[in-house]
Amino acid sequence: MIEWIDLILLGMLALTALRVIFLKDLFAVVMLFGIYSFLSALVFIVLDAVDVAFTEAAVGAGISTVLMLGTLALTGRTEKENTHSKLLPILVVSVTGAALIYGTLDMPPFGNPDNPIHQHVAPRYIEDSPKEVGLPNMVTSVLASYRGFDTLGETVVVFSAAIGVLALLGIRREEDNNTPESGFKEHRVLQIVAKITIPLVILFALYVQFHGDFGPGGGFQAGVIAAAAFILYGLVFGLAKSMAVISPMFLRYMAASGVLLYAGVGLFSMMQGGNFLDYNLLASDPVAGQHYGILIIELGVGITVFAVMLTIFYAFASQTERSNIQ
Amino acid sequence: MNFLDIISSLLLFAGTFFAFSGAVGLFRFPDFFTRVHAASLTDSIAAILMIAGLLLQTSFDLNTAKLIFILVFLLITSPTASHALAKSARHGGLLLFTEKPTKQGGTNQDD
Amino acid sequence: MNLILDYYNYWIVVFLMMTGFYIVISANNLVKKVVGLNIFQTSVFMMYISMGKVAGGTAPIVVDDNTLYSNPLPHVLILTAIVVGVATTAVGLSLIIRIKRAYGTVEENEFEHEDDAI
Repeated sequence: MIEWIDLILLGMLALTALRVIFLKDLFAVVMLFGIYSFLSALVFIVLDAVDVAFTEAAVGAGISTVLMLGTLALTGRTEKENTHSKLLPILVVSVTGAALIYGTLDMPPFGNPDNPIHQHVAPRYIEDSPKEVGLPNMVTSVLASYRGFDTLGETVVVFSAAIGVLALLGIRREEDNNTPESGFKEHRVLQIVAKITIPLVILFALYVQFHGDFGPGGGFQAGVIAAAAFILYGLVFGLAKSMAVISPMFLRYMAASGVLLYAGVGLFSMMQGGNFLDYNLLASDPVAGQHYGILIIELGVGITVFAVMLTIFYAFASQTERSNIQ
Repeated sequence: MNFLDIISSLLLFAGTFFAFSGAVGLFRFPDFFTRVHAASLTDSIAAILMIAGLLLQTSFDLNTAKLIFILVFLLITSPTASHALAKSARHGGLLLFTEKPTKQGGTNQDD
Repeated sequence: MNLILDYYNYWIVVFLMMTGFYIVISANNLVKKVVGLNIFQTSVFMMYISMGKVAGGTAPIVVDDNTLYSNPLPHVLILTAIVVGVATTAVGLSLIIRIKRAYGTVEENEFEHEDDAI
């Protein structure tokens, strides 16, 4: 029965992607991409990847849609007619696709427990991580402990993306008060509901942050959800008020301090005489040390991801306001 | 199959029916406002019925509390979303399919 | 039927990948190209997660002994890749905004023949 859900969801995913090709209205393309993200989050749940589904729903359908809409506000919402011939792209795509389909026939069958991918390190993670690290959620154990160095790299990539966006766009604070009225300024219902929901969303983000050891969640998801709460505030009440709550300068310090917190745990464990990011030495008991280590580095990841996402939103939104004035 | 299971499956079935009729309405209704009405059916009455059906399947533990939280959150946010959509469409000058375009502007186009 | 169930996920992955690839090489508008890149990226995510699935398994969160779990490793890789993906998408979109400001257009065939305006 579960195979049928998988089949139908993947079919809907393919149809959504196909529709994107033929649409000329970019606003509709971005909305379809949001639907595509939600559908892929559903597929991830069917395929047992609850943590991934969580992230995809928060990131794909929340943050990227807002960023793409912000870009569309500056670049215009229709795609112009293309004069190029479609023949060559179709040819290239069909030949590559046929080769890849031929290649998939050599793949091990879907879902077979004897596949090579399940033989190498996975049994170690599944059988030993609850004892070695002491956390029920194996994804968090692998993310923060076994592959902690990898995750440090990913956090640094997210941090450098914020540097890239700031270098390209920058954030302009509007000192004069003649900013154009946001469409939602008069919207009393939306403002009241936003006031009710924003604290709940932040509370949920904190739950996801600190409950990530036991259920789906962790620093990446929590950072994105908390950023989404502030983005909602910025959209409903205007960018100036949102910047008064958390200033862009403070966000830069936050983003850097998250990465520093993460790397600091690594350095601290080196000073204790272990390897970089060896949490066993953080406390007298190895399992307790793992707990402290994972808690702190997840906090570092959460702070960095939150600050980076909100910085990127500020950069895009201040560009839109600037072009509205001109 | 005990009594609670029967009630629960009835609720789930009713929820699916409303979700389906919302989806049909999204395609068949003539203009934007009626379509928003159809779409809001799926995340109000259909969601209430489905979560009520699922609540009867839990053994009144943490999952029950989570489902109730989801229900409360949906009941606050989804009518707001529909309201904001309809209001901004009206603000942007979209007319009902029964209205005629006037001199002040306003269009009668689809979606 | 068995052959279809064994490879259906991978075929959809290839289809999505080629759809994204087609949008990237045929679309003229840069924002649409970014959407195509994102579809391509999601298809790779889908492939990793499909490989990690074990039939009859459950999400890799310990419930009790003797339970079959899916492979947690692809989940870890993809979880971080999604967040990195949105960060790099943001960099791409800000490049598009700069191109719009420098050339006044985001249609590829309109600005590629112009002189450097920056």
